[in-house]
Amino acid sequence: MSKYRALIAGHGDFAAGIVSAAVQITGRDDVFASLSNRGLSAADVAAAMGRILDESGARVVFTDLPAGSCTMAARRLQRDRSGLVVVVGVNLATLLDFIFDDADDVAAARQAATKGREALTVLGDPGVARGA
Amino acid sequence: MALELYRIDDRLIHGQVVVGWGQPLDVQFLVLVDDEVAASEWEQELYRMGVPPEMEVFFESVASAVGRLPEFQADARIGILLTGDIDTMRRLVTESGRIRAINLGGVHHKPGRIQRLRYIFLSREEEKVLQALAAEGIAVSAQDVPAARPLPLEDVLNGEGNR
Repeated sequence: MSKYRALIAGHGDFAAGIVSAAVQITGRDDVFASLSNRGLSAADVAAAMGRILDESGARVVFTDLPAGSCTMAARRLQRDRSGLVVVVGVNLATLLDFIFDDADDVAAARQAATKGREALTVLGDPGVARGA
Repeated sequence: MALELYRIDDRLIHGQVVVGWGQPLDVQFLVLVDDEVAASEWEQELYRMGVPPEMEVFFESVASAVGRLPEFQADARIGILLTGDIDTMRRLVTESGRIRAINLGGVHHKPGRIQRLRYIFLSREEEKVLQALAAEGIAVSAQDVPAARPLPLEDVLNGEGNR
């Protein structure tokens, strides 16, 4: 496997889909590996995740849902990998910020999480439109 | 009210349980029955982390779950009971005598198991256990999420879900 900076893991085609969106926008296909939990037991998710981290050298895992089995698996791996950082609830804005942040991957993940939170916006609130 | 679902799922607490079932059923508590998890603070913290604060989680061994089952079944809130494997649920059913229906929610691939549904893989021994429970009048069906059609055990073993 090629070297990647981070692993995206989630339900269904979430990881492949959001990575594909990031590649479409940036042209960078060398940043993220992806993993789906579809059809895998909890133990299999953790094993697959560990394998990808070992082979890619990634130290950051982005997952989709706090209760998801990918998040659980990543938390389990953190027990034996003290340098591993897990960012839960990833969105596209998070990934885009991570791609263009040349800082250390762990610091970049923290900064990207902040950007991702800030990007979550509600538009079309009638109260806001009226200036209320 | 009380316990709406007795689910076998080797992922225990995860997205399908907390969100897929939890939101439409308005689930307010989970009972996770697993001897290993019940003995490990670290494991409990891991599972608790994935659950929204308004959802209470009880971690029980099989023995303690048998003792507390009447209390959980009488709870005014809606709850789900989870085991990670078929044998744990069998013990719970047999020792409590208070469970009438079992949901197969996720039993994934392992050596010795064959695929029955996309999310159900069973060994011959596990099939026999489930058939024995069904023969005792326990309703055994497979259903991963509420929107899916529940499949009776007979259909699961006949491979009906793959047709």
